[in-house]
Amino acid sequence: MITVNGDPLDWHPGMTVQDVLDAKSYTFRMIGVWVNDKPVPKGEFGTFVIPDSAVVQAIHMVSGG
Amino acid sequence: MDKMKVLAEWSYTPTKIDKGYTRKTLYVNVGEPRMEIRDVTQDMIDKFTGGRGFDLKLLWDAVKDTTKWNDPENEIVLSGGPLCGITQYPGTGKCYAAFISPLSGQTYDSNSGGYWGPLTKFSGFDAIEIQGKSEKEIIIFINGDDGKIQILESNQPDINAYTITENLHEYFATSEADKRSISVVSAGKGAETSYFGCMNMSFYDPRRKVTRLKQAGRGGGGSIMRDKKIAAMVVKYSKMTGNENNVVDLDTLQKVGVKLHKEIHDLDDSQCKMRKIGTAHLNEIMDEYHLLPVNNYKFGQNSAEIAKIHSSEYEKLFTQGLPDGCWYGCSMACAKAVDGFTIQTGPCKGEKVTVDGPEYETVASLGSNVGVFDPLWTIEANFYADHYGVDTISLGTTLAFVCECFELGLINKTDTNDLELRFGNKKDIMELIHRMAVGTDEFAAIVAKGIRYIKKAFAEKYNSDAKTMEAIGMEGQGVETSEYVPKESIAQWGGYYLTLKGPQHDEAWLIFMDMVNKQLPTYEDKAEALHYFPNFRTWFSLVGLCKLPWNDVEPANNRIVNPPKEAAKVPEHVQNYVDIFNAVTGKAIKKEDLVTMSEKVYNFQRVFQVRMKQGNAFHNIPLRALGPVFADEWDARKDYYDGKLKEIGVEPAGLSTEAKIQKLQEYRLGMWEGLKTAVYKRRGWNKKGIPTVETLKRLGIDYPEVVAVVEKYSKPEDVIA
Ligand code: SF4
Repeated sequence: MITVNGDPLDWHPGMTVQDVLDAKSYTFRMIGVWVNDKPVPKGEFGTFVIPDSAVVQAIHMVSGG
Repeated sequence: MDKMKVLAEWSYTPTKIDKGYTRKTLYVNVGEPRMEIRDVTQDMIDKFTGGRGFDLKLLWDAVKDTTKWNDPENEIVLSGGPLCGITQYPGTGKCYAAFISPLSGQTYDSNSGGYWGPLTKFSGFDAIEIQGKSEKEIIIFINGDDGKIQILESNQPDINAYTITENLHEYFATSEADKRSISVVSAGKGAETSYFGCMNMSFYDPRRKVTRLKQAGRGGGGSIMRDKKIAAMVVKYSKMTGNENNVVDLDTLQKVGVKLHKEIHDLDDSQCKMRKIGTAHLNEIMDEYHLLPVNNYKFGQNSAEIAKIHSSEYEKLFTQGLPDGCWYGCSMACAKAVDGFTIQTGPCKGEKVTVDGPEYETVASLGSNVGVFDPLWTIEANFYADHYGVDTISLGTTLAFVCECFELGLINKTDTNDLELRFGNKKDIMELIHRMAVGTDEFAAIVAKGIRYIKKAFAEKYNSDAKTMEAIGMEGQGVETSEYVPKESIAQWGGYYLTLKGPQHDEAWLIFMDMVNKQLPTYEDKAEALHYFPNFRTWFSLVGLCKLPWNDVEPANNRIVNPPKEAAKVPEHVQNYVDIFNAVTGKAIKKEDLVTMSEKVYNFQRVFQVRMKQGNAFHNIPLRALGPVFADEWDARKDYYDGKLKEIGVEPAGLSTEAKIQKLQEYRLGMWEGLKTAVYKRRGWNKKGIPTVETLKRLGIDYPEVVAVVEKYSKPEDVIA
């Protein structure tokens, strides 16, 4: 189990940042991800593997208006 | 074109700009007629900075406590601000307008791109006040080249925006190239009937060879223009150089500008795609997150239809490859347009036109919110809203409300003069827009006055149920809500309904921070955000900047070098603003000063509202903004809302949907009160939302007349402990 923005999410071995974004339907382009307080570069979303019990912050930047 | 008759004329010597300021303002009374050039004091610069700050200070001095929107002493005040007109940094051509609004009876401020702000400043004025009422149809002409102000008798048979703007660029220009030296402010026929008339501000597009329109859309400034019988205001200035603002440090300005140009060039395509689609890049994103208003904000999503208004559809319709900046030097270039568009209805039927926009707000207001998912219809509605001079947001939100009233049987076809105003009925909704523009019948004239007026009028004339209309009419302080569904973000309730002037998204857009990122868990966190962001964004309005280049692009490393909460503020861009402000003015402000500069004006404006509302400047929120009102809204997200009940300790099983709605509403009304208290406290206000004398003193705006308003309406028991 991991938490994403404070909510629990089932974890599986090999789970990547992109898997998390897909599971949460986070499609926004301006999104920043921190895993256990460490930023993950956008280019690594598809390869960065999330450990079990991780605290993930998927931060949507504001735009528009 | 026949020469226009000069009704009044004055000569003046244009003052050169020094460090961003001319230190002069222009006052024109169109009733008497009279003109004055007034000095800007150092105190005015220190406390009000410029732009909207100057507007509000001048407006305060011009009106009485009892002034109504259509009294002669009401003014339209227009000002750019000290950074307005620089060309080295993107987004520096904004003009801010302020006035007493027909919708709210208190001050409203609204901004526009186009060349009006810069060209009037180059013509010698930090701000322009227009007061009085003319008996004849007039055009005000500010000739910065020759140092002349004229009031001309209008010879324009068609005052609708696209027509009069094109004609006046032609009339006042001496050549094709000279058309770029002109900017026209116009409204349109619709602004005469409506309380949400907009002001269209133009610039000439030399590549398309057409005039383009940007809008100070909200609040009813265009209605005031027409009430004063002003068909248009025109400025001409043709001697522009690269440093009209006579800045202190051109090198820094250029360096900071180049850095942002490069960032936009390198990153925009992978970030917001502003250069290709403008803010319409948000369409499907808002749908995905249940934030796209559908059928009068009942729903936040329409999975079946969203593909039809996907940003990729708009990308195909917008002309690509043209640098669509609304002022020189804006490489963000989001002022997209649809060229060669053939109009299908109304007085321009069959004409091929260039339509400015639509931006996201219009895609939603004159689209999903009225149940229409057809870009071509939206583009036509956008064209006519601008042409008739009405605000696309208020128009769409009002039409959405009226459609729901019709669907609920609160009004019928007899009342609407045979219009079947169901969601998605494109033909009849468009027909209503045309009828509103000319005030064809009583129904159309009522609708043109906005939701607050309609609620009363429908109840009186058609016996419509007042309680239902109160719940679903999406207005705050008399102003229609802009186009995001705020139901599930408590902070955004404040971002919309605890604002100075009503639910417009230009104070704070906190939905992602609050609802998705969960960065604002407590009332205090939300209150802090509702202090910081409104004040930070106010700063743009003081100096003449467009907000978009702040956070519609971000440095590649923004989210690497900054922790999550800081990243949302885009610290590198904030530093850019500090640097360019200092480079223009020679001051030495720091980033903390941006918020303090804004707080002075923010609190002054709040006291101004209290003054105009005689102490009753209340913040209201419709039930629809807090959550579902009807069973179908609940059922559309049943699991989600049942879960929300469980979170507050209510077991949904066995309850009727109506009972569930009632429980959630009661709870959320309590949360609204909790939020309001926390926000008022953080802002240094009392329980009635009135800034305390201590707050005024802290900010140095404890002018006797301002303190007198606060003391008149504050009671000791209103202090927040
Ligand atoms: S970002 Fe868009 S709206 Fe803002 S100044 Fe540039 S072109 Fe105009």
